[in-house]
Amino acid sequence: MKRTLSWLVAGALSLTALAGCSGTTAPSSAAGGGAAAGGDTVKVGLLFELTGNVASYGTAEANGAKMAAEEINAAGGVNGKKIQLVEYDTKSDTAETTTLAAKLMTQDKVVAIIGPATSGGMKAQIQLSAQNKVPIVSGSATADDLTVTNGKLNEYVFRTCFVDSYQGTVMAKYAASKLNAKTAVILKDTSSDYAKGLADAFDKQFKAGGGTVAATEAYTAKQTDFNAVLTKLKGQQFDVMYVPGYYEELGLIIKQARALGITAPITGGDGYESPKLAELAGSALTDVYYTNHYSATDTDPKVTAFIDAFKKKYNNATPEAFHALGYDTMKFVADSIKRAKSATGADVKAAMTETKGFSGVTGTFDVDPATHNPIKQATIIGYKDGKISVTEKFS
Amino acid sequence: MPPIVRTLLTRGVPLLALYLVVLGLIGAGIIDAYWMATLALICVNIVLAVSLNLITGFTGQFSLGHAGFMAIGAYATAIISNAVAGPAGFLGGLLAGGVLAALVGFLIGLPTLRLRGDYLAIATLGMAEIIRVVFVNLDSVTNGAAGLTVTQNMDWNWFFVLTVGSVILIRNYLRSRQGRDAIAVREDEIAAESIGVDTTRAKVMSFTIGAFFGGLGGGMYASYFYFIKPDLFGFLKSIDILVIVVLGGLGSLSGSIIAAILLALISTLLQGFTEIRMILYALLLVVIMIFRPEGLMGSRELSLNVFSRLGRRRPALATAQAAPGASEAQGKGDER
Repeated sequence: MKRTLSWLVAGALSLTALAGCSGTTAPSSAAGGGAAAGGDTVKVGLLFELTGNVASYGTAEANGAKMAAEEINAAGGVNGKKIQLVEYDTKSDTAETTTLAAKLMTQDKVVAIIGPATSGGMKAQIQLSAQNKVPIVSGSATADDLTVTNGKLNEYVFRTCFVDSYQGTVMAKYAASKLNAKTAVILKDTSSDYAKGLADAFDKQFKAGGGTVAATEAYTAKQTDFNAVLTKLKGQQFDVMYVPGYYEELGLIIKQARALGITAPITGGDGYESPKLAELAGSALTDVYYTNHYSATDTDPKVTAFIDAFKKKYNNATPEAFHALGYDTMKFVADSIKRAKSATGADVKAAMTETKGFSGVTGTFDVDPATHNPIKQATIIGYKDGKISVTEKFS
Repeated sequence: MPPIVRTLLTRGVPLLALYLVVLGLIGAGIIDAYWMATLALICVNIVLAVSLNLITGFTGQFSLGHAGFMAIGAYATAIISNAVAGPAGFLGGLLAGGVLAALVGFLIGLPTLRLRGDYLAIATLGMAEIIRVVFVNLDSVTNGAAGLTVTQNMDWNWFFVLTVGSVILIRNYLRSRQGRDAIAVREDEIAAESIGVDTTRAKVMSFTIGAFFGGLGGGMYASYFYFIKPDLFGFLKSIDILVIVVLGGLGSLSGSIIAAILLALISTLLQGFTEIRMILYALLLVVIMIFRPEGLMGSRELSLNVFSRLGRRRPALATAQAAPGASEAQGKGDER
């Protein structure tokens, strides 16, 4: 019994070690770490999931934020002060997030914390942010109830991405006006809160716009055969399919739907964003549209400059939405510190609330003082024959 | 000196001193929010590890479902303390969480504990997954995958009372007749049965009590860390608790306590090395397991005043365990 246990534990440990490795592939250059100590730095916390099950999001956003901090410091910093990043890893664990947020706020005395990437991680530090008056900003926490909980605004919580329901609303409008859809069917991933949020918002907006939703079907994550539910949907008359979820299943859904002869456009949200989608769906990836935060094929000079700089720094990799959002979040925090009366949490929070026309890689936005959500446009990305054919801003 | 007075002096005084010192450090601001969170995690881990040790270390039943009990306790405490404000809701929630977890433990344990070998490991693994999935899908009550925010009710006073109380209760249980039965089952189930120990009853008792304190640990977690979601209570959480138990020593309560403190401190000290932290942490555990395969404490107890009597009686059992019975050797073959 005992020896078996030791083996099991050894096995579990090697797994942990592997999980650790996957999160550590990122370059370890903490920007501004070498900046002069003392009064001429502004400390900003970087609290991301660098290991654990959402490490890919956290690492990407942290890398984007670090690149932005280096650019800001190279350009002279904020109000003459260099930004000093204090970085910790939450292990994708909420208790660890709470503990480390307390450390950043009470021991490191940061003026703001960037991260974590997920809504759960953000929720684990909401109370601390209010107690210690330190604003927390995420680039990708999209849950609707994050900034406003039970009708009450969480004063120190901000984000630079649009919320889940907004994506559903935008796609419903796009489907009605650009894809000329009158009837829709929804196929949603019921195991994900994100997909449910998108589906509900789409349903509401599409009906409000005069369309009809002919059927709503469901699948669950990790499923690989969708023929049964797709055959059922094929019996319906519809002009567009709304399928919110994640790329692992979506690649297969798109492929199987096209093989069954469903030709209506397939639409969804930012869960489609991954090179894996095209790999899984192949040439079936045609007439597919989704809402996203940013597009790497955008020709806006700001975006191309960002992509060039990113490729230079990170071995020619193309930045994804998470990189861009992390980058924008750091710039947003720096911009707010610059506008704040003093570099304290309360003043920076006030400056963040008053943000107007902040221009970043993922779009230009104002912060809505009532909800602390950015008011920004979504990017619609469309695919034809496995290649991106449409990139446009829409709201 | 009457025994009761001696007990109070030798055990009560050091504990009271510990309580007052920490209280003083909190008052002086030396233990700030960050160290308090670490302390909270240590207390929660002690309760979880000690209760799992009762099941796995003392009764010899390999359970992989402790995170499931933790989830029940956490959600029950969260829902009740959110609905009823004040200490009534909080304490009622903790109690309800423990009782619910114990009930589930009893229902799962009754059929599966009649079996020998590793069936329990698989059954408990399945149970923990079922509990987690139920919480994901009970949208209206648990807010599903998005998670639940809880009123923060725990402070050092409660942590001290609940942690010390749990350890003392489990220790006393082990020294009762039922506890001795449980240890007998671990040593040799057939021999225990032959001298009249109701083995199923002993196993179910230990399992149910372990589940109760597992639920209590979950409730303590939810009441301090104020945000819970079903993913937190996955398979890896069960493994985390098991790591503490095995590292401290199967069949050693003080070992579990030392391991819980040590692991939290190692994890905390490594936080500065963001990129290589998990590798260092895992490496340290591997090294400890290589040099102390029986765990830090083996099945001995630390002879602090608190555990002095238990410590004196342990060695006899430790030798018995060094020569495993035939059924156990059989079990090993199966497990591979």
